Amino acid sequence: MADVNHPAPPWAMLAELTHACPLQCGYCSNPVELIRRGDELTTDQWCEVLAQAGRLGVVQAHLSGGEPLLRPDLEQIVAAAEQAGIHTQLVTSGVGLTAPRLDALARAGLGSVQLSVQHADPASSDRIAGRRSFADKERAAAVIRACGLPFGLNVVLHRENLDALDAIVELALSWGADRIELANAQFYGWALLNRGSLLPSRAQLRRAVATVEAWRTRLDARFEGRPDARPQIVWVVPDYFEGVAKPCMGGWGSVSLTVTPDGTVLPCATAASIPGLDPPNVKDRSLAWAWNESHAFNAYRGTEWMTGPCGGCPRRSADFGGCRCQAFALTGDAARTDPACGLSPDHGLIRDLVPDTGDGTPVARSYRSSADLRRSHPQAADLRQR
Amino acid sequence: MNGIAWRPNRARQVTLRHDRVRDTDLLLLPEQVVVLHGHAGAILRLCDGSREVHEIVDELAGRFPGAPVAEEVPAFLQRVQARGWLT
Repeated sequence: MADVNHPAPPWAMLAELTHACPLQCGYCSNPVELIRRGDELTTDQWCEVLAQAGRLGVVQAHLSGGEPLLRPDLEQIVAAAEQAGIHTQLVTSGVGLTAPRLDALARAGLGSVQLSVQHADPASSDRIAGRRSFADKERAAAVIRACGLPFGLNVVLHRENLDALDAIVELALSWGADRIELANAQFYGWALLNRGSLLPSRAQLRRAVATVEAWRTRLDARFEGRPDARPQIVWVVPDYFEGVAKPCMGGWGSVSLTVTPDGTVLPCATAASIPGLDPPNVKDRSLAWAWNESHAFNAYRGTEWMTGPCGGCPRRSADFGGCRCQAFALTGDAARTDPACGLSPDHGLIRDLVPDTGDGTPVARSYRSSADLRRSHPQAADLRQR
Repeated sequence: MNGIAWRPNRARQVTLRHDRVRDTDLLLLPEQVVVLHGHAGAILRLCDGSREVHEIVDELAGRFPGAPVAEEVPAFLQRVQARGWLT
């Protein structure tokens, strides 16, 4: 147990093993300034990070990217997590996920796989991902099913695919997913750059919520008496529409930490965008020091730092003031109330952006910078040209 | 699962693990951690598909004399099964 001077230990870690990726989704959660392959942690450094994470209290690691399969040492990293008592989930585009590779990862102790898909329609999925990848994903899904690991399908939702939600759920069921994560796009980094092309209308979201409810009812009936076999549908609520701030990360420095490809330790994958945080790096400091002592993790921990309407708000221990990265991105001050909250004096920044009606007609959008990526990540270029 | 010869088994997506840092048993799922209080971990550790409910109850009765296992354990297993964590 943590002593009185230390915060409770973290439960989960997001390990961004590489920012290299064969896909170029316009809402990528990686920072706009990608870390180059030459700056990535070595195998030994990742294994040490996982050993430290286990001792600190982390029980779940999401092995993500970019595309983590581009790390040839992924099996060793999984084995190090397993040895540290950490349950691992591979978060993958599916590109490059062959049966022998997944078998090797499962033998190393991999706990589950989360596969992304961009749309139920192959051509639309390829267009959103910025390259042909739907067929790879379909094959990857079959490989995951054959291997028997728990299988989650993740779909980032936005104006171009929200109206296809019925077909997306059908696809997830036909691919054999145990868990269907329908994650409405959140607008930081790449997605903020592309917000104009991603932001859905209120009418689209109303239809999508009704579709999710209908599917849940259908699945309850179809799997009555077999709750273990019933696919779970997880709806990650959209940020701009409810007038309520999300309890981002379960509170800053409360539940989870992120380690980026070069070893920077952050309270979330986006937090490097906040200036002045001075985040520690595992090459200089222990993970325990980063979690317990660093300025970056203590800056917005708890409720003391809160300003404006959060200060005396009864919701502050439920939503933790919302998202610091969003507050900074939209107002320039990370300590302000999240503009997603209807009580925020900055709520107008969001409210006025949301159209009431409209369909999912595609509009111009920029992809995650493919030219820069090709220069800094030769393996990603190789994959593209297969 | 019809209650006649149910041999509870932990579901495929569930890993039962002891957390050394917090000194508690956990159920680990792909996107969820369930903290097991009291003897819940001891009960679920017996759910490996090899024992019927009454065998689990007998085993626990021997281990925890005087505890109301016959009343409480079957109901607990039903609740866990309803969450999808036991087959």
